[in-house]
Amino acid sequence: MVTETVEIIGHEGIPIEAYLARPAHDATRGGVVVIHHMPGFDRATKEIVRRFAELGYDAVCPNLYHREAPGADPDDAAAAARAAGGVPDDRLLGDVAGAAAYLRRLPTGNGRVGVIGYCSGGRQAVLAGCRLDIDAAVDCYGAFVTGTPPPGHPLQVRNLVPLLADLRCPLLGLFGNDDRFPSPEHVDELERLLREHGKQFEFHRYDDAGHAFFAVNRPGYRVAAANDGWDRIAAFFADHLRGR
Amino acid sequence: MCTYATAVAEITGSAKGPGGQWFPVTRVTAYFDHPVHAMAEHTLNIDVADPSRGPSARIALELTAASARALMAAVEAALDAVPPELAE
Repeated sequence: MVTETVEIIGHEGIPIEAYLARPAHDATRGGVVVIHHMPGFDRATKEIVRRFAELGYDAVCPNLYHREAPGADPDDAAAAARAAGGVPDDRLLGDVAGAAAYLRRLPTGNGRVGVIGYCSGGRQAVLAGCRLDIDAAVDCYGAFVTGTPPPGHPLQVRNLVPLLADLRCPLLGLFGNDDRFPSPEHVDELERLLREHGKQFEFHRYDDAGHAFFAVNRPGYRVAAANDGWDRIAAFFADHLRGR
Repeated sequence: MCTYATAVAEITGSAKGPGGQWFPVTRVTAYFDHPVHAMAEHTLNIDVADPSRGPSARIALELTAASARALMAAVEAALDAVPPELAE
């Protein structure tokens, strides 16, 4: 495995930092864009990127807070980005599109790219699936894909209900039944809307799991849900990111 | 969950921050979300910062909800004990 911090071209042509992990061999393979959670471009997220390389993919995570805080510690960058109102959806799309293009240009790329996001990144992965040329999307407990953000919230976020008819790739959703954002009712609504729109999707919901059950360094970690979830992710990307 | 809700206020004062240096602070941000360090799933997080000095110029607190309320009560009690003409 080879890992490095690289520069990719993000929204509006602006270079941003990204973390890249790749298998060491030269065989062609799919790519995975990892969208980090609100706490930022942190060590735990980079471990996830490396796991995708271990699974056989070229994987990259753009630092969505690079503009607010280049070179800062991830927690300081996250605080600065939050105080500035968070990451606007258009900018997120530009940065993820840049990450996907970077993966497709790699000599090992087979042209197929998936996106996965956790927490706020889960919503952003669905957004990317609706707006970008992406081959598969994974939403890990993203809040406000459906449902309504709290009144008066200053972060620039809205639900994705009006966009779901435009979802252009298969979607895998992984949710904890003890989560409140998204709640099981929010997930029900998402499932219903996707079915109405005739979209290809696969959802798995876990008992005894709340938000962030994949996060191995947090009290919400649930080993059974996380292990099964990783198996589902591996199978989903194997299906949709293999070379054609 | 990520609440996304962030309260921001302009403030005047000083804080002792990175490297043991004092610096003036101008902004406080409060939000309820995942902590970086505290062993709780969610905490009330407070950043007291001077944005003009860059992202690292901040004091960060991660408090359980009960601890945050205890902090508020302590601050209120301290301010209530002061003659009004001094606490302006």
